[in-house]
Amino acid sequence: MRERRLASWKIGGEQGQGIDSTGELLAIVCNRLGYYIYGYRHFSSRIKGGHSNYKIMIGTEPVASTSSELDVLVAIDQETIDRNHKELVEGGIIVADAHFEPVLPEGCPAKLLLVPLTQIAQEVGNPLMRNVVSLGVSAHILGLPLDAFKDVVMERFGKKSPEVGQQNVTALEKGYEYARQHLPEPTWRLAPGDGKKRLIMMGNDAVALGALAAGCRFCAAYPITPASEIMETLMTLLPRYGGVVVQAEDEIAAITACIGAGFAGARAITATSGPGISLMQEAIGLAHVAEIPVVIVDTQRGGPSTGMPTKHEQSDVWALLYGTHGDTPRIILAPSTVEETFYMTAEAFNLADKYQCPVVVATDLSLALNKQTVEHLDIKRIKIDRGALLTDEEIAAQAEPDGFRRYRVTESGISPRPLPGQPKGQYLATGVEHNEFGKVSEDPRNRVAMMDKRLRKVPSDPAAMGLEGVTYTGPESPDLLLVGFGSTVGPISDARKMLEAEGFRVGHAHVKVLAPLPVRQLVELFARAKQVIVVENNAQGQLFALLEHRVGKAMREQGLAVPAMHSVRKYDGNPFLPKEIAAQAKEVTSYAQAG
Amino acid sequence: MPKLADFKTNEKSWWCPGCGDFGVLAALQKALVDLGIEPHKVAIVAGIGCSGKIGNYINCYNFHVVHGRTLPTAMGLKLVNRDLTVIAAGGDGDGYAIGGNHFLHAIRRNVDVTYIVMDNQIYGLTKGQTSPTSKLGFKTKSSPEGNIERPIRPLQLAIAAGATFVAAGFSSDVKQLSQLIAQAIQHKGFALVNVYSPCVTFNKVNTYDWYKEVLINLDEDPSYDPSNRGAAIQKLIETDELVRGLVYKADQPSFEELYPGYRDEPIVHQDWTLPEEDFAQLLEQYR
Repeated sequence: MRERRLASWKIGGEQGQGIDSTGELLAIVCNRLGYYIYGYRHFSSRIKGGHSNYKIMIGTEPVASTSSELDVLVAIDQETIDRNHKELVEGGIIVADAHFEPVLPEGCPAKLLLVPLTQIAQEVGNPLMRNVVSLGVSAHILGLPLDAFKDVVMERFGKKSPEVGQQNVTALEKGYEYARQHLPEPTWRLAPGDGKKRLIMMGNDAVALGALAAGCRFCAAYPITPASEIMETLMTLLPRYGGVVVQAEDEIAAITACIGAGFAGARAITATSGPGISLMQEAIGLAHVAEIPVVIVDTQRGGPSTGMPTKHEQSDVWALLYGTHGDTPRIILAPSTVEETFYMTAEAFNLADKYQCPVVVATDLSLALNKQTVEHLDIKRIKIDRGALLTDEEIAAQAEPDGFRRYRVTESGISPRPLPGQPKGQYLATGVEHNEFGKVSEDPRNRVAMMDKRLRKVPSDPAAMGLEGVTYTGPESPDLLLVGFGSTVGPISDARKMLEAEGFRVGHAHVKVLAPLPVRQLVELFARAKQVIVVENNAQGQLFALLEHRVGKAMREQGLAVPAMHSVRKYDGNPFLPKEIAAQAKEVTSYAQAG
Repeated sequence: MPKLADFKTNEKSWWCPGCGDFGVLAALQKALVDLGIEPHKVAIVAGIGCSGKIGNYINCYNFHVVHGRTLPTAMGLKLVNRDLTVIAAGGDGDGYAIGGNHFLHAIRRNVDVTYIVMDNQIYGLTKGQTSPTSKLGFKTKSSPEGNIERPIRPLQLAIAAGATFVAAGFSSDVKQLSQLIAQAIQHKGFALVNVYSPCVTFNKVNTYDWYKEVLINLDEDPSYDPSNRGAAIQKLIETDELVRGLVYKADQPSFEELYPGYRDEPIVHQDWTLPEEDFAQLLEQYR
């Protein structure tokens, strides 16, 4: 039988029918067998009803994006077939529950296989087990060993009672057996996984783990899609380590509680999405002026306003860069994978402490919620660096009759800070412009000195902060340079390979730090490229505008020719498919005509 | 032991001569001295408005935050360092208008924070607009024909929301006010001290003389039982809240007492290192 190195599987049905958890089970099974996974959840902002589906890419090599092609579709209802059949490849398979009398749409190149999922489940004892029956069928179709499924199903359902666990295992076996006896012999199977132990997690998991590992022991947040899992995970983790999580009454309370905790000397995190960022903007300015560390996670989703709460977008770049009023030095990290999310979240706490200001970790819905394979997370790489704190002795030595110079104007702009509770360190932290002691001052010279101090403390180059601001893959001098940030890393990387296969010389630069922007590094990359294509999930080309303004300007100032810059955008709520990027890249550049 | 002088700063006051907030400042300083709390063990979170300037005039750790957000800030501060005496302070506009939502939730949550509201029934720093506690018919720049919005009754609101300590003070009786603030600080849980603190510049109705005449001192009424929730509400309705003294006190567990795993050692002093074996175990959930 033919072996394949990559296959895609999807289950669909009504929200509330256990679609997510069924997809999750298959993902866990595949992970344990040593496959690489990339999952994608399609869901709506409601609890019951409405189509939802869960797609999983299963590969023997790392998978970084979903493709538009689908090999196996498990349909719990007709809507699943109607909405997803176009993705099916020639010879693809639809496993449909015979219960709803499925119909194959006209012209669909896939094979429709009717399986009495509900009936089998009913015979075993509970019609709700039809999803588990479908996993048994899927195991046969994909060529995966059933034993691996049994273990995972037992773990998941045996928790309720061993009987329920056993019942589900039986449902699984019956599904497998039915497929073996009644369905056509599969023409391919997945090449065996390597059996290596890896992790499967979503960006929100990585944020919570990164925060815990970095010493964060306080979180205040308000529930919001797609960020809630961060608060929920920390609610189980932090109390075990003496920490506290508060579900705040709104995002303003969440951020100000974190700022209060930061003022006291704790490491605090809040996690939200666009609407929450809008509410937090004033308080973010307070943390800048009062020079208080705090970490804010923005899991971007479709905006503005409530927008598309369960849909993917990358449209908060401008809000994060320019949001709070007044002049402030921004630090915005933009991890692109789950693994990076872990390390960058942890590093965000060091940066916040070092530069005494808010640090934003900007992810997006795809990164926040899509399960990905992670090779390993190494806690030894996490170092807690508290920045410029003072001992009681140092404070006593520096204290003056007028108080403590908390906001001492230093060369670096960073002023060592006492923490409440330390004797003789009393000072006033305030959102009002202040002098070195924290006392209100509107003196023009003081204003300029304080503003300059705050602005110079954050370096203009992320390299000076120990950060890799942009990564590059591709030839020394590409004809096309694809640039992106966040979760587009997978689709862009796959698109690059597609274009290279067509003979184009293509590079891929991925921006990991939005502020301070790695201008120097981007200038070098741009200077070597003939054309630049900025790929992003928003309507106005927010990264494009930033790069045009900052990198373009820097190049002109250095007398360098700015390459032609093109913008490729997608803002329909779904992440890019690699082939869409490849097609649009050819369309927007002159290569369309050439090729 | 700390002395009154330890809590003073050399800052020149921006408050108008005769401002009620002077009395609140003096009472707070006296309460802290009486309780023997040292300045570095106190953190005050102050709001925006005349009253929010209180942090400029008291020597301790101070945080002057954005308008209306003293309570969540104070909560975060207190929860990570329970060794500190944490006080939130602000005006009626800061607390009951822009910060009104936080007021309700601070009460529900019952974190051990003392909240002092300097209630002058007007917006002073913005030079005289109607506040949420301004009485009906009160004429200001923002209600030239007289206020038509019914005032918030903060004491009744607090008790209805489940507050475990509610007191009313008058800024010209520093002795009583300092005792109320001291009791509030000692109370385990959220404690409200609403202080009638006259604005001598913009409020010509609710003056010192007016308050002296109308305020009923509950502390001098032996028949008043501050542990009786129903009677407290009844008294507040009868008096339209023109009272001073301890209004209501209940013994309920604080957030800190209820929170699972909350430690005696403040979070800021804990060792934050995550043991490698713990992390390895956590990762097992993701396999």
